[in-house]
Amino acid sequence: MLVARTLTKEYRSGTAPLAVLRDVSFDIPEGAFVAIVGPSGSGKTTLLGLLAGLDQPTRGAVLLDGEDLTRLDEDARARLRGEKVGFIFQSFQLIPTLTAQENVQVPLELQGRGDAGEKARDLLTRVGLGDRLDHFPSQLSGGEQQRVAIARAFANEPRILFADEPTGNLDGTTGAKIVALLDQLNQESGATVVIVTHDLGLAEHAQRVIRLRDGVVIEDRPGRGGAGTHPGADDASGPAAGASA
Amino acid sequence: MRAPLSTLFRLAWRESRTARRRLLLYMSSISLGVAALVAIDSFAANVQRSIKEQSRTLMGGDLNLRARQGFSAAADSLLDSLATAGFPSAKVTSFASMASAQPSGNTRLTQVRAVTPGFPFYGEVLTEPAGRWAQLHRGRYVLVDPSVLIGLDAQVGDSLQIGYARFEILAAITNIPGDPGIASTIGPRVFIPAQYLAETGLIAAGARAEYEAVLKLPEGTRTPIWVAPLRPRIEKENIRIRTVEEREIDLTDAIQQLARFLSVVGLIALLLGGIGVASGVNAFVQRKIDTVAVLRCLGASSAQVLTIYLVQAAAMGFLGAAAGAVLGIGIQFGLPKMLGDFLPVDVQVSLVPSAILLGLGIGVWVAVVFALRPLLVLRRVSPLQAIRRDDAALAESRRKDSATQITNLALVASVIGLAINRAETVSQGLLFAVGVFVSIGTLWLAAAGLARLTRRIVSPTWPYVLRQGIANLHRPAAQTQSVVLALGFGSFLVTTIVLVQTNLLAQFEFTAAQSRGNLVFFDVQDDQRSGLAALVSESGHEVVSETPIVTMRFAGGNGLTTEEWAERVGMPARNWALRREYRSTYRDSIVPTETLLSGEWFGERQLPAGVYEVSLERDITDELKATLGDTLQWDVQGVTIRTVVTSTREVDWGRFEPNFFAVFQTESLRGAPAQFVTIAAVSSDTAVARLQREAVRRYPNVSSIDLSLVRGTINQIVSKVTLTVRFLALFSLAMGIPVLFSAVAATRRDRLREGVLLKTLGATRAQIGRILLAEYAVLGLLGSLSGMLLAVGGAWGLVTFVFQSTFSFAALPALGIAAAMMALAVSIGLLTGRDVFRETPMAVLREG
Ligand SMILES: Nc1ncnc2c1ncn2[C@@H]1O[C@H](COP(=O)(O)OP(=O)(O)OP(=O)(O)O)[C@@H](O)[C@H]1O
Ligand SMILES: [Mg+2]
Repeated sequence: MLVARTLTKEYRSGTAPLAVLRDVSFDIPEGAFVAIVGPSGSGKTTLLGLLAGLDQPTRGAVLLDGEDLTRLDEDARARLRGEKVGFIFQSFQLIPTLTAQENVQVPLELQGRGDAGEKARDLLTRVGLGDRLDHFPSQLSGGEQQRVAIARAFANEPRILFADEPTGNLDGTTGAKIVALLDQLNQESGATVVIVTHDLGLAEHAQRVIRLRDGVVIEDRPGRGGAGTHPGADDASGPAAGASA
Repeated sequence: MRAPLSTLFRLAWRESRTARRRLLLYMSSISLGVAALVAIDSFAANVQRSIKEQSRTLMGGDLNLRARQGFSAAADSLLDSLATAGFPSAKVTSFASMASAQPSGNTRLTQVRAVTPGFPFYGEVLTEPAGRWAQLHRGRYVLVDPSVLIGLDAQVGDSLQIGYARFEILAAITNIPGDPGIASTIGPRVFIPAQYLAETGLIAAGARAEYEAVLKLPEGTRTPIWVAPLRPRIEKENIRIRTVEEREIDLTDAIQQLARFLSVVGLIALLLGGIGVASGVNAFVQRKIDTVAVLRCLGASSAQVLTIYLVQAAAMGFLGAAAGAVLGIGIQFGLPKMLGDFLPVDVQVSLVPSAILLGLGIGVWVAVVFALRPLLVLRRVSPLQAIRRDDAALAESRRKDSATQITNLALVASVIGLAINRAETVSQGLLFAVGVFVSIGTLWLAAAGLARLTRRIVSPTWPYVLRQGIANLHRPAAQTQSVVLALGFGSFLVTTIVLVQTNLLAQFEFTAAQSRGNLVFFDVQDDQRSGLAALVSESGHEVVSETPIVTMRFAGGNGLTTEEWAERVGMPARNWALRREYRSTYRDSIVPTETLLSGEWFGERQLPAGVYEVSLERDITDELKATLGDTLQWDVQGVTIRTVVTSTREVDWGRFEPNFFAVFQTESLRGAPAQFVTIAAVSSDTAVARLQREAVRRYPNVSSIDLSLVRGTINQIVSKVTLTVRFLALFSLAMGIPVLFSAVAATRRDRLREGVLLKTLGATRAQIGRILLAEYAVLGLLGSLSGMLLAVGGAWGLVTFVFQSTFSFAALPALGIAAAMMALAVSIGLLTGRDVFRETPMAVLREG
C-alpha cells in the first residue's frame, strides 16, 4: 500500500545542509494501523508530510499503491490526495473564513459530489458537533476544531489516513473518542491509518510502532493492538503488502 | 518604567525586518500622486518665474498701447512728444494677408506684422542667417517664419508679394519673444518695415487690423506711477494701456488655471494612493496582530505598540513620498518639452525647493493619516489574542473607539483641506471634496451591495468552484470593499480623462468633416465678387456660397441711445457687446448650422416702412439683454438702420463657415457697403494652389485659406493635446497598479493559505484557478463597471458645465478601459493562484 524507500530530507540552513530525515525505509500494508513516535524535533511531522505527498524529499521515493509520489507534479498529487488520502494536521488547519460544515464539505465539493452538505452534517454529528455546524473555527475550542479536522479528513472516505498528533490537544475522554473514531475507520472500511503521537496509550493501540530519533528509524516493532493478526516490520514483503501492490 | 523613545525606534526597526519591503510597496501607492504634485507645482513656479524674468521681453517694451481703430492723429502726436522727452515708442500693425513667393509662385495666408524701428525694445529676435533683424529697416525686406519658407517653397533672397508691395526675404525667424511656439503653426508670421505698410494697399477703412505700440521707459521707472497722469489723455483716444505687471498677471492667471486643473488630477492621484495605503496597511496590520499580542503579553503598552508601527509606517511613507518627489522632479524637466509650444515664454527649469517640500509634506501626511486608521486597531489588540484570535471582537472595538472616529474626522478634513488648497475658490474645493466623497460612497455602496447580493444569489446548484469563489466576496475579512474602491476609483479617473478628451477632440473632427467646400476667400470687395466667382467657375470649379458681410455697431434700441439702453437694462456702458464691431450678414433663409430657438423667421410679420427684421444669436441676445419684439438700432457705417428682433438662433460655431451674431433681412442692408466671403469646392491640391495664385494676382487684397491646410493645422494641435492627455491617462492607469496590489494584499495571504489547504484536500490547479478567477472576475467587473458609470457622470458634468459642450458617450474607449481594469484584477488573482502551486503545502502550513 505505502512504501518509503530511503527517504532523506535535508534543509539548507546557512551553508551546510541539515538532514532532518536520513534513509528512512519501510513498507505499510493495506489496512494497517501504524504509529510513528519519537522525541520532539525527531522528524515525525516531516516524515508524515512526505508520505502524504505534501512535500518533496531530497532523495528517495514514496510509493502509494505502487505509484511514485515524488514523480508526480503538484497537480497530480493533489488529485491523488483528493481520491484516497486524508490528513489531520497537528495545528488543525481549518479555513478560518468557512464554517465547520463548509470546512468538512470542501473535499466532497472538490470531487463534485452532490450530497456534500448531507454527508458533512452526518460526519460532524458523528464527531459530536451536530449542533455547531454554522460556527466559524474561531468560535470553537481547540478540541472541537480538531474534531472538525477529523470529520474533514474522513469526508472523502480515504483509503489511507495520516494524523499528526490527533489527540495532542485533547483531554483523556475526548482523546479516547477520537481514537475510537480512527479505529472504526480502520476496522470498518479497512482504511490504512498512520498516526504521529506522543501519547503512549495511543501508540500501543496501534498494530505497529515506528520510532524515530534524529531522523533515523531506531525501532520498528509490532504494537499491542491486534498483534499477531497484522504483519510486522519483519515481513514487509508479506502477503498483505503483496496483495495491495 | 517605560522604555525611552529611542528604544522603541530600535525595536520598530528590528521588528520591521520581514515587512519593510512590503510596507514600502504599499506606500509606493502615494508616489505617483506626490510626483504629480511636485512636477506641477515646480513647473508652475518655473513658468511664473520665467514670465516674471521675461515679462518686458514678452511685451517688447514697458508699456503696451492698443488702439482698436488705429492711432488717431492726437495719439500719434502724443507718442511723438513722449519720444522727444526720452520715452521712445515703436508700433506694430498686424493683419492677415496672402503672401505669394517668387519664383515659386506659391501663395499662402500669413500674419503680417508691420513694425517701426526699435521694436522690440527688450529681448532678441533670432534669425537664420543670424543677425538679420537689425537690417530689416534698410530696404524692402521681409523676415518670415520658417514655415512660410517651407509652405511657399521659397528661400532667403526670393521675393514675397504682400498686397501690392514686393519684399525681399532677408532671413527666417527662429525665435521671437512673446509668442507661444504654436503661433507659427496657426498663423505663420511675416515682418515688414512699417514704412512700406501703405504700399501694400491692405490697410483700408474696414480692414481688420490690430494696432499696437510699445513704449520704453528709462531703467527704474515705476511704470504704473509714470503712466497714471497720462492715462486719461491716452484712453480718450480709444487706446487700452497694459503695463508689464498687468500683462504678467494675465499670463500668470492662465498658467495658474492650467496648473490648478493638472494639480486636481494630482490630488486625485494622491487620494487614490491614500486608499491604497489604507488597504495595504490594513493587510499589514492583519499580519501583525499575533506579534502585537505577544508584545502585549511581554508587557508593551498599547501606546508603545502604536508608536512602533506608526514609526514604521511614517518611515516607509516618507520613502514612498521621496521616491515620488524624485520622479516628480524628473517629470518636471520633461513638461516644458510637452507643453512648451503652448507657452509664451522659454521656461527655465530649475529645482523649486518649496514645491518639493510641499509635495513631500503632503505625501507623508496623506500616508500617515490613511495608515493611522488601520493602525489604530493594534492599540486594541489584547494579549488574549495570542491565545485565540478573535477578529469579530476587534472589529467591534473599533466601532466604539473614539481615536478611530477622530482619525476619520482628520481624514475627511485632510481631503477637504487639500481640495481647497488646490482649487481656485473655497466653494470649488468643497464641491470637489463632495465629489470625491460621493464617488467613494457610491463605490462603497456598490461593493456592500455586491457582498449582500452574492450571499443571496449563490445557489447550491452552481459548480463548487464558482460557489466558493463568489462566496469569498461576502465571507468575513473579504476584500470586496477595498478592491472595488481601488479599481472603481482608478477606472473612474482614467475613464473620465479619456472621455473628456474624446469629447473635446471629437468636436474638431466633426467640424472639419462637415464643412462644404475647401477653399475660402475672404475680404472680397463688392466690385470683385462677380469677377472672383467667374474665375472660380472658369477654372472648372464650383462656388459653394457667397456670404455678404456688413460691418456695423450697436446704436441702442427702443428709441434709446446706447448709453441709455445700457442704463435701462443695467449693464456697464463699456460692455463689449455694446461697443464691438459687428460683422453681420443678410439673407432670407436660415442655414444648416443654425437652429431657431424662439420667434419666427423673416417675412411672417407686417412691419412699418423703414423697420426691418433681425435674428440674434442666443449669447448675444443675453449679453445685450434684448428680447423678441425689441426694436434695435444699428449704425451701418454712418447710416442708422432700425430692426425688430423677430427670432433668436443657436449657432454651431465649430465649423469653418461664416457665422453671425446678427442676421438681417436682405432688404434692410441692400445698398450698404459689403464685403464677401466666397467658398469654393476645388478638387485637387494643385488646382487649389493654382486658383489661389491666380486670385491673388488679380485681387491682391483677397485672402484665401485652403481648408485642408487648416485641418492639418488642427490635427497638429490636436495631436499635441492628445499626447498630453494620453500621458495623463497613462499616468493614472500606472497609478492604479500599486493601489490595486495593496488592495488585494489584505487577503492575498489568506487566499494563498486557503489555496494550499485546498490542495492538501485534493483540489487541482484548475479548480483553485477557477475559484480565484470567479472571485477576481466579479470584483473586477463590479469595480470597473461602477467606475465607468461614475466616470460617465463625471465626464458629462465636465464637458457640459466646464467646457460648455454637448457630451457624447464614447463607448469603445470606456469599455476598453473597463476591460483593462478587469484584466488587471484577474491577473492579480491568477498570480495568487500561481503562487499556490509554486510552494509545497508543507512549507506554507508550517508557518502556522
Ligand atoms: N523549513 C525548515 N528549515 C529548517 N529546519 C526545519 C524546517 N522544517 C523543520 N525543520 C527541522 O526539522 C526537524 C524535524 O521537524 P519536525 O517538525 O518533523 O519534528 P517533529 O518530530 O514533528 O517534532 P514535534 O514532536 O515537536 O512536532 C526539526 O529540528 C526542525 O527544526
Ligand atoms: Mg510535529
